[in-house]
Amino acid sequence: MITVTDLTKRYARHTAVDHISFEVHKGQIVGFLGPNGAGKTTTMRMLTCFLPPTSGAATVAGFDVLEQSFEVKKRIGYLPETPPLYPEMRTAEYLQFVGSLKGLGKAELAKRVDYVCERCAILDVKDKLLGKLSKGYRQRVGLAQAIIHNPDVLILDEPTSGLDPKQINETRELIKGLAGDHTIILSTHILPEVEQTCEQVIIINKGKLVATDSVSNLQNRARGAETLLVEVGARNALVDPLKVQARLELVSGVSRVHLKNKREDRSTFEVESRKGLVRGDLARAVVEAGWNLNELRPTAVSLEEIFLQLTGEPAAAPAEEAVPAGVK
Amino acid sequence: MRNVWIICRKELRSYFVSPVAYLLLAMFAVIFGFFFWNILGFFVFRGMESQMRGQMMPMNVNEEVIRPLLSNVSVIGLFLIPMITMRLFAEEKRTGTIELLATSPVSDIEVILGKWLSAMVLYASMLLLTALNFLFIFKYGHPDWKPLVIGYLGLLLQAGALLAIGTFISTLTKNQIIAGAATFGVCLLLWILEWVSGYETATWARVMSYMSVLTHFESFAKGLLSLKDAIFYATLIFLGLFLTARSMESLRWRS
Repeated sequence: MITVTDLTKRYARHTAVDHISFEVHKGQIVGFLGPNGAGKTTTMRMLTCFLPPTSGAATVAGFDVLEQSFEVKKRIGYLPETPPLYPEMRTAEYLQFVGSLKGLGKAELAKRVDYVCERCAILDVKDKLLGKLSKGYRQRVGLAQAIIHNPDVLILDEPTSGLDPKQINETRELIKGLAGDHTIILSTHILPEVEQTCEQVIIINKGKLVATDSVSNLQNRARGAETLLVEVGARNALVDPLKVQARLELVSGVSRVHLKNKREDRSTFEVESRKGLVRGDLARAVVEAGWNLNELRPTAVSLEEIFLQLTGEPAAAPAEEAVPAGVK
Repeated sequence: MRNVWIICRKELRSYFVSPVAYLLLAMFAVIFGFFFWNILGFFVFRGMESQMRGQMMPMNVNEEVIRPLLSNVSVIGLFLIPMITMRLFAEEKRTGTIELLATSPVSDIEVILGKWLSAMVLYASMLLLTALNFLFIFKYGHPDWKPLVIGYLGLLLQAGALLAIGTFISTLTKNQIIAGAATFGVCLLLWILEWVSGYETATWARVMSYMSVLTHFESFAKGLLSLKDAIFYATLIFLGLFLTARSMESLRWRS
């Protein structure tokens, strides 16, 4: 459905997107993952014909984004990072406007407006001013706007940013429900989001493609090495953190133990393990030594860690050094 | 063509659901009303004077009321036009809705024409208010209606040119105030250019005063349909809209 070959966008000072190639098949949900400033938005803008690429090519549904942009635009629904809403318009009126812009006829338009309102759960704000809607509703109206003309391809730029957890869940469910009818590309910098909604992941960093893989493969890669947070304490006696550290290091599968926090009656360690299943052994080791196991949990696998594993870069968080995309 | 109408309708709705349109209409009505009262008052005063002297002077409503009134409208337009055009593109750029337009199957030209037409309609509805005053003139006087129609045509042409320039300036910034102020500056400049002809007759002065939008309105105000001046305005309209299209395109390459 979407083919991208050597797509490049260069600005005067830096390269925002650097020779990216990937392919998305019909009906797939693909997560476009990368830290802020990785070039996600720029890539999406090139796919939606908003920005012309410096070099390389991209086709959507068989049409070239540069040569046949009109055909591409007809087949794409796009939700930019901030939903493109006119604050002085009412929801239904706005959807009618967008629908007619996308070329829907009058009879079809009314039907589609009703349909997307129901689909995106915005029936109750149909006659409200867009400027008065809450963030969650704005996002959903944005989604409704993107699917109004039943496009083949949906491109969603950070569809859940700025929403509260409940709204995030609702939005994710909504997007999942839209798959099948549409081919979806969504960008995000949150890994769990990709895990929950997408089948395929495209990871980019600093404008370069880092990996394209299925979500399950990526999860396995990430789980290959797990970081656990272990808090060990004692009821009455003081705990010598060095002793605990030595004991933890003895557990098979543990590759490194790092003392993170030390208090009088408890200490916290970060345990890096190679295998996925050392938790039970860790717990037993602590309890058998007569200490209390206050806490044992995996630290969330952060995007940085995945980058670390995939790119072999030093531990500095890429999100912080990434060049600002300069597309705003 | 259908898309032009869709954009135009949307813009008109934006004008008329916000206070912008009503504010402009009200301001225009008050200022025009003042001029009307003033000019008509002077006309009546002169009429009484000539009667008291006992000698009838030839008096012409077209020459002495309608012509100065139309000239005044054209100057008021210079002040109000920036307020009509300043939001057209600046606001879309600020809120990001420009991305919606740019990724819809609509050409830039259609968007630009739609927006410019909506501005024209708003200006035309301001002119419509003056019809009320002219109705009074027709009720109590017997002016010729043809020069009036030509005057209106001239006003529309002149406004079209300035609105096209304002539309262009609006694509240059995200900030409505900057767009408005710059447009006002340009409008003002295009007005005062003619003042050099007052003391200077060299070629450069004639060229400068020729560029003034108001000089070209004079014949329309008299009721003369002058092709030369109509072409001048048409050229300005084309130039303004053409620059807008270029600017829209460069937006994509720069942003």
